[in-house]
Amino acid sequence: MSAPEAAWRLAVDPDTCIGSGMCAGIAPALFALDDGISVPLRTPIAPDQAAIDAAESCPVEAIIVRDAADGHVVAPEQ
Amino acid sequence: MTDTRQLGAARRYPFSEPDRLNLDPLYAELRREEPVTRVRLPYGEEAWLATRYQDVKVVLGDPRFSRALSVGRDEPRTSPQQIGGGILSMDPPDHSRLRRLVAKAFTARRVEQLRPATTAIADELVDAMAAAGPPADLVEAFSTPLPVRVICMLLGVPPTDQHLFRTWSEAIISTTSLSQETIVGYLGSLHAYMAGLIAQRRETPTDDLIGAMVQARDEDNDRLTEQEMVELAAGLLAAGHETTVTQISNFMYVLLTHPEQLAVLRARPELVPDAVEELMRYVPLGAASAFARYATEDLELSGVRIRAGEPVIAALSSANRDAAVFEEPDRLDLTRGAGPHIGFGHGVHHCLGAQLARMELQVALGTLLRRLPGLALAVDDKELPWKSGLLVRGLRSLPVTW
Repeated sequence: MSAPEAAWRLAVDPDTCIGSGMCAGIAPALFALDDGISVPLRTPIAPDQAAIDAAESCPVEAIIVRDAADGHVVAPEQ
Repeated sequence: MTDTRQLGAARRYPFSEPDRLNLDPLYAELRREEPVTRVRLPYGEEAWLATRYQDVKVVLGDPRFSRALSVGRDEPRTSPQQIGGGILSMDPPDHSRLRRLVAKAFTARRVEQLRPATTAIADELVDAMAAAGPPADLVEAFSTPLPVRVICMLLGVPPTDQHLFRTWSEAIISTTSLSQETIVGYLGSLHAYMAGLIAQRRETPTDDLIGAMVQARDEDNDRLTEQEMVELAAGLLAAGHETTVTQISNFMYVLLTHPEQLAVLRARPELVPDAVEELMRYVPLGAASAFARYATEDLELSGVRIRAGEPVIAALSSANRDAAVFEEPDRLDLTRGAGPHIGFGHGVHHCLGAQLARMELQVALGTLLRRLPGLALAVDDKELPWKSGLLVRGLRSLPVTW
């Protein structure tokens, strides 16, 4: 069996999200607003700087990017 | 409607001179009867004004509306000068490139790390007030120095230089309070000063925000031009404290003139974070709404056809009083709970410093109520001097006793 490709999981906490649309602006390929709340368009994803930028730019830190293999938090910076 | 203008003619906007923190009743009437209306501001082209919460959120959050299209247009505005340029005149992805660079410094987590230092500054300021004894001008003694010292700490501006940019930064929020010449002069001085700080950090790297921006720019030249960095740093310095300075006094003014609500907060200090959210909703900080968004395609708002290229102004203060979203919207209720107010705006231009402002406002209110339980206005409400000719509503001084 070959080693699995690195992958990240995207999650948005719907109770924290204020729907500012920042993530959809920064990473339109990864996030979109659905009824005023951000949702990841796909997950898991291949590692992508835009996901980190979105998570670190969220004004309420509603986005968490985790490593799909071991679940450690990739962004935002802890 | 109560006006007598001709059918289809634009209303003059702002509807009236700002009266303390009172919102013109015409907003409520428009929300009910004509939620998207034509307005003419003192300068620039005619625009649509959206007054309902839902429409305001669309104008601010929907990518079919653009700020970048304002560049080169005669933007509707209350100031003679057209400020233009900068991060507020950009759309994604240009906007995102700048925004994400500084956003990291303003996340909830980073801001929490500043809370102990902010509390220490607030206590120090109250110590000085207490030592001098009542009365005191809260604007000078507390509301102004607190945010100024915090933003300096964050950016890495030496405390000894604070008096310099306190003068210059009024240029950023002035509409008519300063002459055109003075505004240009102050902005020039502020930019030159920031360019100096940036140059210093090239020599000696620092871990403050300006140091981090310098590093990001020098590691990857595409991310930020020198001009963008200077404008951004100057903008953060000025915007980062003018608004918070103003809101601390506005919030205390509202509390001191709503004794029942103040009593609730004194009895239940754990409500301070909720109180800050409710006050953000209730206080119309802006003297008028501006920064129109330009439609990129034909669309409809509350049944009104907006054509591509037309500017629409989102009335934030009106949206925050929309009865469709907030029960008894004109009533201050500190126990309302953190509702979906848009006092910090919405969409990609949502206030960058919102978390910092929240923390500072919580510390300011919490410290004043805890340390000065007898705090009260030292003069009659009607004698308080309000500023004019600015983008925001605020007190020139707030004499208090305790």
